[in-house]
Amino acid sequence: MAHVLALSHITIRREESVLLSIDAVIRAGEVLTVMGPSGSGKSTLLAFVAGLLDPAFSTEGQVLLDGRDVTHLPPESRHIGLLFQDPLLFPHLSVASNLLFGVARNAPDRQKKVSDALAAAGLEGYGSRDPATLSGGERARVALMRVLLSEPHALLLDEPFSKLDMTLRNEIRAFVFERVRAAGLPTLLVTHDAADAQAAGGQVIHLTR
Amino acid sequence: MLRLTANAVIVLLAGPVVAGLLFVFLPAFGYAPALGQHGFDLSAFANLLETPGLTRSLVLSLTSGLITPLVALAIVLLFLAGAQESHLGRTLSRAVSPLLAVPHAAMAFGLAFLIAPSGMIVRALSHWLTGFDEPPDLLIVNDRWGVSMMAGLVIKEVPFLLLMSLAALPQIQARERLAVARTLGYRPVTAWLKAVAPALYPLIRLPVYAVIAYASSVVDVALILGPTNPPPLGVAILRWANDPDLERILVASAGALAQLGVTALALVIWWIAERLITRLVTSWIDRGARSAGDGVFRWIGLAGMTAVVALSALGFLSLGLWSIAGFWRFPDVLPGALTLKTWSTSIESMGEPLLNATMIALLATGAAIAATLAALEHEVRRGYRATPFALTILYLPMLVPAVSFLLGLAVAAAFVGIRPGFWPVVAGHVLFVLPYTYLSLSEAYRRMDPRWFAVGRTLGAGRSAVFWRIRLPMLLTPLLATAAVGLAVSAGQYLPTQVLGAGRVPTITTEVVALASGGDRRFIGVWALVQALLPATGFILAIAVPRLVWANRRQMREAF
Amino acid sequence: MPAHSKRALFAATLLIGLLGTTATFAADPDPAKWKSVLAAAKGLTVSFNAWGGEPRINAYIAWAGAEVEKRFGVKLAHVKLADTAEAVQRVLADKTAGANEGGAVDLIWINGENFAAMKKNGLLFGPWANKTPNFALTDPERNKDITADFTVPVDGFESPWGRAQVVFYHDMDTLAVPPKSMNGLLAWSKANPGRFAYPQPPDFLGLTFLKQALLELATDKAPLYAPIENADFDAVTKPLWDYLDQLHPVLWRQGRAFPANSTELRRAFADKETRIGFTFNPGDASAAIANNEFAPSVESYVLDAGTIGNVHFLAIPYNAANKAGAMVLANFLLSPEAQAKKLDPAVWGDQTVLSVALLPEKEQALFEKIDLGSATLRPQELGVPIPEPHPSWMTAIEAAWKTRYGAQ
Repeated sequence: MAHVLALSHITIRREESVLLSIDAVIRAGEVLTVMGPSGSGKSTLLAFVAGLLDPAFSTEGQVLLDGRDVTHLPPESRHIGLLFQDPLLFPHLSVASNLLFGVARNAPDRQKKVSDALAAAGLEGYGSRDPATLSGGERARVALMRVLLSEPHALLLDEPFSKLDMTLRNEIRAFVFERVRAAGLPTLLVTHDAADAQAAGGQVIHLTR
Repeated sequence: MLRLTANAVIVLLAGPVVAGLLFVFLPAFGYAPALGQHGFDLSAFANLLETPGLTRSLVLSLTSGLITPLVALAIVLLFLAGAQESHLGRTLSRAVSPLLAVPHAAMAFGLAFLIAPSGMIVRALSHWLTGFDEPPDLLIVNDRWGVSMMAGLVIKEVPFLLLMSLAALPQIQARERLAVARTLGYRPVTAWLKAVAPALYPLIRLPVYAVIAYASSVVDVALILGPTNPPPLGVAILRWANDPDLERILVASAGALAQLGVTALALVIWWIAERLITRLVTSWIDRGARSAGDGVFRWIGLAGMTAVVALSALGFLSLGLWSIAGFWRFPDVLPGALTLKTWSTSIESMGEPLLNATMIALLATGAAIAATLAALEHEVRRGYRATPFALTILYLPMLVPAVSFLLGLAVAAAFVGIRPGFWPVVAGHVLFVLPYTYLSLSEAYRRMDPRWFAVGRTLGAGRSAVFWRIRLPMLLTPLLATAAVGLAVSAGQYLPTQVLGAGRVPTITTEVVALASGGDRRFIGVWALVQALLPATGFILAIAVPRLVWANRRQMREAF
Repeated sequence: MPAHSKRALFAATLLIGLLGTTATFAADPDPAKWKSVLAAAKGLTVSFNAWGGEPRINAYIAWAGAEVEKRFGVKLAHVKLADTAEAVQRVLADKTAGANEGGAVDLIWINGENFAAMKKNGLLFGPWANKTPNFALTDPERNKDITADFTVPVDGFESPWGRAQVVFYHDMDTLAVPPKSMNGLLAWSKANPGRFAYPQPPDFLGLTFLKQALLELATDKAPLYAPIENADFDAVTKPLWDYLDQLHPVLWRQGRAFPANSTELRRAFADKETRIGFTFNPGDASAAIANNEFAPSVESYVLDAGTIGNVHFLAIPYNAANKAGAMVLANFLLSPEAQAKKLDPAVWGDQTVLSVALLPEKEQALFEKIDLGSATLRPQELGVPIPEPHPSWMTAIEAAWKTRYGAQ
């Protein structure tokens, strides 16, 4: 099924001053890139779409996923995945348990989904490993696979490549966009790296301070 | 539900303290119907003022409340500044946490035996140096200005402040700060004092205030090491309250209010000094000297910490020796014979107090941690930090002298029909444990990166799933450390156990204090060792369990 | 319970999750009908509030508890106090709060000032103690210290338990011939400064030392046995203050610090810090030798003019929850068997309050076979104890001592 994420007439305010306004539609497999300097509200936008916004902000507009208004749903019910600049693999769980955390509880063949995901990321046999023993690139791939295993209907990327070194950055960037397109996910990317926007290949919105 | 819990926590803490103070307030102003006093007057205060030696009692409590935290803080800061990275420094740091498990009274007895004219040090010297066959008649223990008492308090408070500091250092990126300052040419100790200490102090301010409150109202350590004639105010209050002339309870109540005033005064003086020192330190930092007595400061810190560890360890060991001593006469350094008689007599009567102490400590700590988690989770979910008012209330039992409100609390409890017994004792312990569990857990809780929970939520886990599956397991190490602190605090409580249990809930600590009134070192040795057992077990588990559970989780081992 | 406090109770119950144990209300037991007392006592747990600073006494109380449970089905819970006044405070707190039933204290080990204060303030139950079966064995007609506690009439408000008498001790190895009068003690102390101490008033033994000195030094002892109101306090006590003014500079620590109580006094002696000690328990020195605290060369003695003695008692608070159980326990503690065991220095070494001559031969034998130990004086060596002065003197002397020496 092809998913559509619509950011409909969204305005976010903090203490009466407008932080940002945006109105956009992202179709399946498309990547919308939002660029802007620090403090321009990029991450605030992602938090709003994910349902994690601090109540100190006031908002207008709606987040529509496949035409359904999810603005007032809690984050766990939105089916919107989120990837940070750090992989944030839970340090108390093994690699496999981290992936299992993403798989819905009532899904059939949960273990098989995990081993398939590991294989797809080129990490066969890594299931019982301590995440702390993985390399930076391996962690980034596990983090992406974990999000995909939660079967999101849309994906949010919060400067996901900014902490990787140059060679790794290109490799992971390609890996992520390839998976996103394959899964047909509407994707919102915030970044201040023009190369990210270029690789994403979709529309680009520039936020100002 | 959570909102209710957070408010309930505040009522739970403030209610008993306020009720206790009220029932101290009334008799202080002459209202005591049971004694046939119905009027309101100031005669109790007049009687208090006429008490011989009152001025000295007040001065003793005030100086103890200021000098103890000053010395303890200086030792801790200079030690951290100069010696922490050295081999000896690391050894000492490791030796300190077990010391936290030794209860105040046991530590005081150990120190008393070391430094008394008939104590270990004089005994060790007598054979080859002094040739004494009778102890010299010197006033060392119970000296008039409370020097030994303050030494006993410093020995007990240094480990507390050191552990609180060690827990706070990672929050302020101490290593990075130090590195930056040193690359700018500052010598290590100066670098630490200028770049790390000013950021550390605000984080350990509350523990320091707790030390001020405790040292200015101390009872148990003062009974063993403090001046006797006149004693510090806390001991004087207890004496009045226990006077066979029941009307002295009015004076005791007035004294309890005076104690409140002395503690408040000590806190205010300290607070003003803080402001002053902040200015001085700021200009000291601005002047930019790269080295300021590095060698001397380093030496003081190391010597102070070594003295603390050595005195407490030796004192505690000699108590252990007394517990198996046969006839042991001055000036013999070792007992003439060893015997297990004291142990075998004691063990028969140890079962019930040990069971009570364990149950009370586990229940009170469990309840306190549950309440702390509820309050913190509420804060995090609502996205607000506890208001200064709420924090003041939370730390009230730590800052209000226990002698000031516990006597009144017993009356208040009887007034609302609560019969003394096991459960009121547990509730009373919660009151004293909660501030410490909150203090030790709140920073770890708030320091957790909120993105962990964002990741969990967007992966489909609800709030409570995030709490149980991410937050709690990731907090295992600080949770266990908190539990160990809670057990230690509960295991050391004397007044609340005795007052709220009407003495019918014997614990190891009530037995130790009763025995301490008899002063028999052999029995005190046995019971003090047992008293340290419960908190020591807690601390050992708090260190061992995370190592086992996280054997294969490197980041969890390094996190705290 | 007054209506306004009901809400408070409800709130407290809700918040803290406490449920008070419900007290049982029954008509007060009558010791004249002993069988009904025994029946009522069965199954009760008596909360016995007694000083817990002496392991030997604690062990003796534990033995008594096991016996009354076996024989009468009464359980004993020993509340080990650091100070008897804690129990008095507890009863006072109950009365303040109007908790006139089901009190937490069933039986208190008490005498003198505490008894006088509790009796005066209506905090005691009674009269009962003069009607228990074993009371007659004390021969109260002839032993006036059984019927008057520090001259305050007992009136059946407390049951006698044991006798105490001041006894001094010294180590033959360090001091072969101790001084046997108050003035001799002063002279000896001047020659050997820093080697004698007395516990700091208001400690019981410390106050007793002051009374002992006053009784020996006072020219007219008669006013001391009547309430103080009718006497010239300054004139009567002047010899005592003159004496102490001379003694203090040559005391242990130059009188700038005092041992807290009798056991710390014993500790100072055991550590050789002092060469003369004293106690209220004639069996103490023998027990301390048996306990490895004192050298076997320690011996006891009394002053030539005699030493103060008194009786200690057991009292039931007015609001005690388990009065019948408390009576059964007090009566058992007064039995020849319990009294004889208590006399044994290996157990406690406390003197009996029974008139042993009145007992049947078999029970007299219980007392005669006890080995009192090398450092314990025989009854004839102890001599006739000097009775305690009226408690009002104790209060006044305590206050005057504090004014004179309370801030050194």
